[in-house]
Amino acid sequence: MIEMQDVSFGYRAGSELLSGMTMSLQPGMFHFLTGPSGSGKTTLLRLCYADLLPSSGKLSVFGQDVAGLSRDGIAMLRRRVGVVHQDTQFLDHLPVAENVALPLSVSGQPADIEAMRDLLGWVQLSQHARALPPSLSGGERQRAALARAVILSPDVVLADEPTGNLDWDMSMRLMQLLVELNKTGKAVLVATHDLNLIRAVKAQVSARVLRIAGGGLQLAGAEL
Amino acid sequence: MRQSEFRALKLKALWQGLIGRDGGAANRIVPPTGFTAHLTLFSAGAMAFLAVFALALALATERLADRWASELSQSVTVRVSGQQQEQEALTQSVLDILQTTPGAGQPRLLDQDEVGALLTPWFGPDMPIDALPVPDLIELPITGTDFDAEGLRLRLEGEAPGAVLDDHTEWRRPLVSAANRLQVLGIISLVLITAASAAMITLAAKAALAANGQVIQVLRLIGARDITIAIAFVRRFTHRAAIGAAVGTVLGMAAIALLPDMQAAGGFLTGLGFSGWSWLLPFLVPLVAAVVGFFATRWAALKMLESVR
Repeated sequence: MIEMQDVSFGYRAGSELLSGMTMSLQPGMFHFLTGPSGSGKTTLLRLCYADLLPSSGKLSVFGQDVAGLSRDGIAMLRRRVGVVHQDTQFLDHLPVAENVALPLSVSGQPADIEAMRDLLGWVQLSQHARALPPSLSGGERQRAALARAVILSPDVVLADEPTGNLDWDMSMRLMQLLVELNKTGKAVLVATHDLNLIRAVKAQVSARVLRIAGGGLQLAGAEL
Repeated sequence: MRQSEFRALKLKALWQGLIGRDGGAANRIVPPTGFTAHLTLFSAGAMAFLAVFALALALATERLADRWASELSQSVTVRVSGQQQEQEALTQSVLDILQTTPGAGQPRLLDQDEVGALLTPWFGPDMPIDALPVPDLIELPITGTDFDAEGLRLRLEGEAPGAVLDDHTEWRRPLVSAANRLQVLGIISLVLITAASAAMITLAAKAALAANGQVIQVLRLIGARDITIAIAFVRRFTHRAAIGAAVGTVLGMAAIALLPDMQAAGGFLTGLGFSGWSWLLPFLVPLVAAVVGFFATRWAALKMLESVR
């Protein structure tokens, strides 16, 4: 699904933030990506949805080398990858329901009202369907972002510090949704530096923890 | 590779997005922006208003040049000046010559009233024409292609000294030339107005695109293709340009229609306007504005999208 072979990336020539990255994300897998701030977690996720291109190495997503993708090819790839950011942006002039349905709209698919109702119910935002995004709390925004990320039924969900602004209860609620998604066969990759969160989730689902350290990627130790 | 991809934003796809039913959804993804909306509407309206006048000028000068060229080339004038006691005989002799001139119709001696009307602009209505040594004026219509002005001039010199042929060439040429130049200026004005409109719409579109950079990033993130994003902006600015230009065109046409009547006042300026089928021509202005808006916004959108992966 997502295959990295000896991938390196640097924002400036001659200065690599990530190097020798090799990993594989297959259907039904739940991965955590951890590491200190600035270690390159976000950069690694951006590589996964082709927002950045590797400086070297090979990165394949759904069997396609991202370096050879056209702009339309990248758009098609992103329809199969749901992304949730810590500070997920919305179109603030559109209600929550329309924001959640936006991937359907831009991909030319009709919105199924019943499915939309179910999805908003799943993330417990039914009563906020007509609210504008600025009126949502941090937790509500993250759940709306998750709903938007999964509305096209993507094969992979990438979450970048999705609980960064949330309290513990709200964080666990969001992680519970990601676990439920994983149990439907979706691959999930969550970048976080919250080790307690990782331990709590690992109690519910079999998850691998990858750590970025010194620009490289390694499997985390037994402490997790 | 990237450049060719941008070229792949096919005109056909944009056009379908422009007129298609699902364009409403594309329209909604761009937040309503009052400033650029009003700026585009006003600019398109003002430019259309000016374009209507430039069009009227071009058409009026074309009519004027045609009229001067055709009316004045259909006749010549013979001026007959002689001693008072010989004047009548000389004039009769010239009339005889003119009647036998090939390619010419029946010569007509202008009466005192007609001569007075010609001189009134210079001497005023109260001047007694009879008291002036005014030459007799004979108007000769040209009816055939075998009319030879130079031959007639030489014949008059030989047989009726004091008679001078005026074929109007001397003063007709600069008038026709001036009218033609005014027409060219009108056309240049139309071109400049179109270019200025394109520049203004491009600036407004770029401002809207820059202000919506975050929207574009969100759309790219969730899998929107460039064509989808471009349609949203192109559709909005094309509609604004067309609506603004339609309003400006109607106002411009109303202003032209309210100008004084050509026959009532006479003169060149009152001839500025449309006649007959040419009243339909201003309706092309909103269409041209829409086309300009379409291409200007497309160009601006492509430049903007180049910077977003």
